[in-house]
Amino acid sequence: MSTALNETKANWEPLIVAFCCTWCSYAGGDLAGTSRMSYPSNVKVIRVPCSGRMNPMFVLRAFQRGADGVLVAGCHPGDCHYTTGNYHGRRRLSAFKKLVEFAGFEPERFEVRWISSSEGDKFAEEMETITEKIKALGPNRKMRDARWQSVT
Amino acid sequence: MTASSKSRLIDEMRMQSGQDPSCCFQCAKCSAACPVTAAMDLLPHQVIRYLQLGLEEDLAKSKTPWICASCFTCAARCPRDLDLARMMEGIRLVMLRRRDGNKFGPADLTPEQLKKLPQQALVSGFRKYNK
Amino acid sequence: MPRTGVFICHCGTNIAGTVDIEKTVKASRSFPGVVHADDYRYLCSEMGQDIIKNAIKDNNLDRVVVGTCSPRMHEQTFRKAASEAGLNPYMVEVANIREHCSWVHRNMDEATPKAVALVRAAAAKAALNDPLEAPAIEVEKRALVIGGGIAGIQTALDIAEAGYVVDLVEREPSIGGRMAQLEKTFPTLDCSACILTPKMVEAAQHPNINLITYSEVEEVKGFVGQFDVKIRQKARSIDPVKCTGCGICYEKCPAKAPSEFEMGRAKRKAIYVPFPQAVPNIPVIDRENCLYFKKGRCQICAKECPPQAVDYEQQDEILERRYGVIVVATGFDQLDPSIYGEYGYGQHPDILTGLEFERLFNASGPTAGKVVRLSDGKPPKKVVFIQCVGSRDKARGMNYCSKICCMYTAKQALLLKEKLPDAKSYVFYIDVRTAGKGYEEFQRRAAEEYDVAYLRGQVGKIFPENDYLVVRGVDSLSGKTIEINADMVVLAAAAIARSDATELGRIVGINSDSYKFFNEAHPKLKPVETHTAGIFIAGACQAPKDIPDTVAQAGAAAVKAIGLLSKELLKGEACTAEVNQAECSGCLYCEAVCPYNAINPVEIEERYHGGTLQRTVAEVNPSLCQGCGSCTVICRSGSINLRGFTNEQILAEVDAICLQR
Repeated sequence: MSTALNETKANWEPLIVAFCCTWCSYAGGDLAGTSRMSYPSNVKVIRVPCSGRMNPMFVLRAFQRGADGVLVAGCHPGDCHYTTGNYHGRRRLSAFKKLVEFAGFEPERFEVRWISSSEGDKFAEEMETITEKIKALGPNRKMRDARWQSVT
Repeated sequence: MTASSKSRLIDEMRMQSGQDPSCCFQCAKCSAACPVTAAMDLLPHQVIRYLQLGLEEDLAKSKTPWICASCFTCAARCPRDLDLARMMEGIRLVMLRRRDGNKFGPADLTPEQLKKLPQQALVSGFRKYNK
Repeated sequence: MPRTGVFICHCGTNIAGTVDIEKTVKASRSFPGVVHADDYRYLCSEMGQDIIKNAIKDNNLDRVVVGTCSPRMHEQTFRKAASEAGLNPYMVEVANIREHCSWVHRNMDEATPKAVALVRAAAAKAALNDPLEAPAIEVEKRALVIGGGIAGIQTALDIAEAGYVVDLVEREPSIGGRMAQLEKTFPTLDCSACILTPKMVEAAQHPNINLITYSEVEEVKGFVGQFDVKIRQKARSIDPVKCTGCGICYEKCPAKAPSEFEMGRAKRKAIYVPFPQAVPNIPVIDRENCLYFKKGRCQICAKECPPQAVDYEQQDEILERRYGVIVVATGFDQLDPSIYGEYGYGQHPDILTGLEFERLFNASGPTAGKVVRLSDGKPPKKVVFIQCVGSRDKARGMNYCSKICCMYTAKQALLLKEKLPDAKSYVFYIDVRTAGKGYEEFQRRAAEEYDVAYLRGQVGKIFPENDYLVVRGVDSLSGKTIEINADMVVLAAAAIARSDATELGRIVGINSDSYKFFNEAHPKLKPVETHTAGIFIAGACQAPKDIPDTVAQAGAAAVKAIGLLSKELLKGEACTAEVNQAECSGCLYCEAVCPYNAINPVEIEERYHGGTLQRTVAEVNPSLCQGCGSCTVICRSGSINLRGFTNEQILAEVDAICLQR
């Protein structure tokens, strides 16, 4: 481990990757924008068709690349655009969260949330909440690959 | 009405009661439900209107906050989820603390008293009466 | 090596206000594969699209990244522009730097690096894009309309007139909905039945419309162009072919139950038609209240029926049909005001909701059209109307305005004066909202010519005293408290979504807002579409509305439906799953998780040690696949990928976003 990894920079800001399903949460994010709500810019959204498309591999990769938190957001259970996708997603990701903990990594860095397309306010709130939480946790040191080049 | 009004009374009332008068749309359900309006010079919904407009001096003259019996009927009926009974209490508190230009500092106490009184009581007393 | 062009939009100041465009463009030039970067004030304009098209030709670009508003807004626009310049439309990627960036962050220092990261991610994804082709889907030229109120009837008529077959499903025994319950309609005072019943009859007799009444939709599968629907036709216990609608059965029936049509304020028989003008005019046996079904005796209706149409053995039937489009028009309910203890609703027979009071004017209503008190049958002298009962109330009711109450209250107060010239009406209101053609004039007429007293304030308590109701309220304008000894009180109860709307939404596959009203695809520009292609909404199931708005929306939904039905083929989903059959182990887990039955096992032959080997592997039918990607994750050998959202593309986006670390 290089010393650089163990130092928390004074102006450290967490990086949070949010995977949002196209139909609900991504649209909820759009509504948050249209309604001019605000949330921390630490969150960057990647659009996926459905929370059932979420392969745990994507989450692990984000952590390896130095993301400090990962959020998966999908339609409320029962409202999936693809009928059952988020049921699979829910089961898969909650099992995965347990594995993250089992592997000795902070499970709080990984969250799953249900945000509908009409919940712009909830979208903004969740982004706010998770950013605050990750800030309190500090940087992701355990899973980050030191060889990954950083560019500011 | 913005988050911070021009009126100190209203800002303090807001802090005391945790209520924001700006979300009232003057339906007057509180006045319709209030059991003691007969003795009031301003009706409950008018009190909120005065708060919205920042008419601090007129409010200070009004009997209404002192007539309010804190029965909480208004709070139970309000369609905007405002607790007017708490606001009235907030107004009363603010008034009481300002009565006769209430000011209170370390100079008002003898060294004896300063020694004896618990620190916390002193600090909160100074804070209350030095607005 | 890819040749990507990046185009950043200012969107006037919408993006440029908080994102440093120049910096973003400059940064874009350094991304792998980017050979050209440019910006423009409005990329979605004709000029903006031309800039993209020319850049594609001049720089020989093979993929495009636009940093603009949400892909849900303009992705199609830019895909079209790209294909006009000879690119495959799926070589375009959108970085959402407006809704997800410039509009939610307040300063440049925050928004600019984020915009750069989002564009970097889009460029990384675009570098891995492949040309895609959308499969063609055949359109079933048949429409399903759910709900037979004025919205459903109008939609069905409009679609049928365009020459397509429509099935109109209604839960109640007759079509007509809420409008059938009304006596008069504001602001013209047209008799509601007079203008509605011709439409009901027209729908029933139209060669292209099948009425499926006393029925409910149970299951919807499939997708636009090919929805497979199961409809439960509940047993009427009457043979509709034999029945002549003579009405002898319900004349003779001895069992009674509260009438739903009369809001429970009158009784109907256990065999009944909901109202005299019912369409179809075929009774229904309500098995909950019928003596024969409860106790096994009676059978009077069967004995009395001249054509022997009563059939106690009838069973529910399940109809299975395929439709190209679905229109949901399931209407609204009234809030039960008994949650407001101070109004005493439900504790006194003379405290009614607006809809219950409306029925008193109707010749076939509970009082045969006489406006009298239900307690003693006397005509009222003073009637108090209370507005916003449950509307605009975030504490105990609904936070929205129900839109129709101001007008129907004015109408009822006016009609009351017409019927009982000695009666006096008082209206307690918070605001009078009369936005609509002729609405303000109508309300002013009620106040000025019909002596309706408008009191700006609310009511705190209602309690019975002697033989009247004491209404204690306040007039906030004069600051006077008011007490009225009223004979009747009418509560303008909020218009709310049907209690089972969410359930229906789940069956059909559309979502609802926090009040359970169905969500439109866009509040302004797509008011009748939903987020599910091929499903439209009309009428008060979307939000409270009056009849003109409902009819207009029904027509709009019909046009959208006709637009789809008129196509022979629809473009399907291009982003579909594909199986690498060489690696597929044939476990078929993917088949189990696919919600569209789009995956099937197939036999393939492989060369194996000089011989051939037969193996079972999975195969995706691209015209059924909707691209959810569930199969890609369940696949243990990792041999399924989703075009347009491949594992490699998503990982590339992750890498690009995390590059700031």
